[in-house]
Amino acid sequence: MDAIQQNLLEQVAGLHEIPAGAYNIRANGQMAARNTTANIDITTKEDRSGIDIRIKPGTRNESVHIPVVLSQSGLKESVYNDFFVGENADVTIIAGCGIHNSGGSASEHSGIHRFFVEKNAKVRYVEKHYGSGDGSGERLMNPTTEIHLAEGASLEMDTVQIKGIDSTKRITTAQVAEGASLVIREKIMTHGRQYAETDFSVDMNGDDSSVNLISRSVAKEHSRQLFKSRIVGNGKCQGHSECDAIIMDEASVSAVPELTANNIDANLIHEAAIGKIAGEQLMKLMTLGLTEKEAEEQIVNGFLK
Amino acid sequence: MLELKGVCYSAEDENREAEILKDINVTIEDRFIAVTGPNGSGKSTLARIIAGIIKPTAGQILLDGVDITDLSITERANMGISFAFQQPVRFKGITVRELLSIAAGKDASMAEICNMLSEVGLCARDYVNREVNASLSGGELKRIEIAMIMARGTKVSIFDEPEAGIDLWSFQNLIHVFEKMHGEIHGSILIISHQERILNIADRIILLADGQIKKVGSKEEVIPELLGAGAHCKTLTDKL
Repeated sequence: MDAIQQNLLEQVAGLHEIPAGAYNIRANGQMAARNTTANIDITTKEDRSGIDIRIKPGTRNESVHIPVVLSQSGLKESVYNDFFVGENADVTIIAGCGIHNSGGSASEHSGIHRFFVEKNAKVRYVEKHYGSGDGSGERLMNPTTEIHLAEGASLEMDTVQIKGIDSTKRITTAQVAEGASLVIREKIMTHGRQYAETDFSVDMNGDDSSVNLISRSVAKEHSRQLFKSRIVGNGKCQGHSECDAIIMDEASVSAVPELTANNIDANLIHEAAIGKIAGEQLMKLMTLGLTEKEAEEQIVNGFLK
Repeated sequence: MLELKGVCYSAEDENREAEILKDINVTIEDRFIAVTGPNGSGKSTLARIIAGIIKPTAGQILLDGVDITDLSITERANMGISFAFQQPVRFKGITVRELLSIAAGKDASMAEICNMLSEVGLCARDYVNREVNASLSGGELKRIEIAMIMARGTKVSIFDEPEAGIDLWSFQNLIHVFEKMHGEIHGSILIISHQERILNIADRIILLADGQIKKVGSKEEVIPELLGAGAHCKTLTDKL
């Protein structure tokens, strides 16, 4: 792997070296490295591009890294990764995609991740998207995440896209069974003429299920963002979604929430707030000696932390 | 030493010019000055003008002889002016430790944070990693606001109604905080307040009414005036 790819890997997966535990590193459309453990098996799909990750029931405190890096300008790929998490397992999955495009043609990665989380299993899923390179070619990423949570299962997903992705459409769907819980935290910052779209759709199908979607975003310059969330409560359940956006310069942000309760005991809440940085916040930090620009940076960094 | 020379401020209010401050001339060199006066007399405007948040429509502000009238908030802050807001500001994602570090101008250690927060009656352990967001009460925010000013320790510290939004217990402590600052500080503290107990510890009181300085003097001279300030109509006077 070359220096550019190493850097991308560090940005999206925090990896300086070969990680411990199971991993599969994909570089420019090819498998670059793979490791399996006694409890976690990774196999290449035969019918299409992608891998199957099988985690045995009861696996505890293990992790799987599956970063993807693209440094070849003009490469377009769709990758299908399926995770099968056995009953009572408790694992961390770290995915991420970095694109470096210094050429003139668009580079595109579409990762389609499906999670089948069995009864009472716990998953922490971390996903980072990053783009670099000064070529005129666009860097496009369209992650799709499909989550199936069996009874009592839980999944916590952290997804971050801070820099360099020109266009992204992020689709997340989830089916949540009785007693299962889903938490998704999303952080997005767009600048230039970037476009980011988030589309969450969650069905809570059993009693005592819960979902919490938290999106924080900053839209700078001429960038545009669209946040869509759809939560359906089909039982005695708790659903909450929150979209909190800071808008700057000439940017544009839309939030389109949708809540549907099909059961009298479904409790669903949506909160959305879009606004510029409050003048009082800037002034307070300026009275502490920061310049307006430094104050703005502090506020944005804190907000997206 | 802070000097205000002929400071005026007017603002547009429903299409008509409202004069909020009229020809303010005052020199502040004492250690502890209280600014008091009825609601709407221009006290907060005066504080905001000194901090640079609003610009006077006429007049000059001098800090140690240097004209700072056209300087920005940041420049004044770096020259030694601190300002505690009447309504502290909330920041999503910024922690108490980060905010105090910005105020102190350095990465403050746990021991330093503990020192700053204990001055205002807060235990650092409970607060250092809390976000300065809606999860903090008004009283807690107010104390953190005051701790920030103390951490800066600048030549001029302005507090806009520090007692507002603080419960009685905290108020007792607040008085101690100011008494302590009075003893230790090497600059001037300027407090906007309605509270007699705060006025009592001031070296000098400035009484503002209707945008003008009505009196400047010791508490013995000003407090009697204060009680007589504001002419009320007969209906109100009868009820008072």
